[in-house]
Amino acid sequence: MSGVSVTKAADDAAPAADDLVVLSNVNKHFGALHVLQDIDLTIARGEVVVVIGPSGSGKSTLCRTINRLETIDSGAIAIDGKPLPQEGKELARLRADVGMVFQSFNLFAHKTVLENVTLGQIKVRKADKAAAEKKGRELLDRVGVGSQADKYPAQLSGGQQQRVAIARALAMDPKVMLFDEPTSALDPEMINEVLEAMQQLARDGMTMVVVTHEMGFARSAANRVVFMADGKIVEQATPDQFFSNPRSDRAKDFLSKILHH
Amino acid sequence: MNVLLDHLPEFRDGFIGTVLLTAASALLAMVLGLVMAGFRVSPVPPLRFFGTAWVTLFRNTPLTLLFLVAWFVVPAVFGTGMSPWTKALLALGFYTSAFVCEAVRSGVSTVPLGQAEAARSLGMTFFQTLRLIVLPQATRTVVPPLSSIFIALTKNSAIAGAFSVTELFGVQKLLSDKGFAIAPIFLWVALAYLVITFTISGLFRLLERRLEVAR
Repeated sequence: MSGVSVTKAADDAAPAADDLVVLSNVNKHFGALHVLQDIDLTIARGEVVVVIGPSGSGKSTLCRTINRLETIDSGAIAIDGKPLPQEGKELARLRADVGMVFQSFNLFAHKTVLENVTLGQIKVRKADKAAAEKKGRELLDRVGVGSQADKYPAQLSGGQQQRVAIARALAMDPKVMLFDEPTSALDPEMINEVLEAMQQLARDGMTMVVVTHEMGFARSAANRVVFMADGKIVEQATPDQFFSNPRSDRAKDFLSKILHH
Repeated sequence: MNVLLDHLPEFRDGFIGTVLLTAASALLAMVLGLVMAGFRVSPVPPLRFFGTAWVTLFRNTPLTLLFLVAWFVVPAVFGTGMSPWTKALLALGFYTSAFVCEAVRSGVSTVPLGQAEAARSLGMTFFQTLRLIVLPQATRTVVPPLSSIFIALTKNSAIAGAFSVTELFGVQKLLSDKGFAIAPIFLWVALAYLVITFTISGLFRLLERRLEVAR
């Protein structure tokens, strides 16, 4: 795994032209709460960025602004050089290129597992049904839930559902995958199966933004750790630097609380 | 008993008239109600405003007043080509669509927000999200109130009888004007309405059971 990290780290030095997601000076309020404050964040193609921080630090909101599930008050967000458009057809097209995995899975409850992974291909990408099903089954196999294809989401365990959700997002051939606390709603014994699927994805070179509390995943799969607190990015570093030698007091405090028990 | 047997053709025409008018108005109300519900939950403010105005107008106007508008205002504005049946259809359909819209909207709000977010994240448009993901899951909660709405529609269609559209309630007026005893006429008319409303509630109960089995 460390070998992977080394090669990945080399990508960090890639030229700015290969920036896939760029947030500049992003601000957002929830009423009086200034939940995102002057956020600048650039994610290069193929990079795995893990966002950590205490609850309420704005990390989930940050993740959701990237495909405009949350609107921003000021600043700019661009994906692959294109600024995020207003709600409408163009935004829908752009969202198809940005995979999203939610904390609560959000599989379509009235559709089978296979339908969940083919619906977007057929209705958004206009793929034909046979091709979509072939690709859907391959992706389900890849995340280890191929045998569940004809069941409904409610018949699956949380870990299986989340892996289907990953396959559903991958079926759109996204340029970047967003993970909004993908393991926070899972029973402890199911966390690993989801993390393994994500690690596989990271090894395959997918660009990923992962909001998580899984420090093990951050250590092993991330190229960069972004630490947020109170709506600001407090610190960014490689996992090794961040976990062994955090610079800010806020990060030191956070790490001492989560690592010492 | 004689009243019914002696005037079977009148009763039959009235019965068919009520069934047809109810079915056509229900269809119109369903289509308009779905569109308006889509408007009311849409992200586009002018559409939301239009949907809200539609519901406010048609839900708060007495149906008889809508019939009067259809009879006297609509011809003045749109010309006089419309048959009484069409005018009754419009009044009943528009009126009922406001109630259908609200039933559908309440169903939409029972579907977890995450379902729509997941659909939009896949790149579906607002209307694809509504049609493919949200409305199918809202159906189960919408069916029971729709049953009540369509039963009310059946009985509301009686107002058309007063506007010289051939339907069940008009049969009562026709025959009592001819001097037949009122009580048996009322009884038969009421029973005929029961046949229609029981059929509606039966059909909807079947539908409910089907939707329970699915998944």
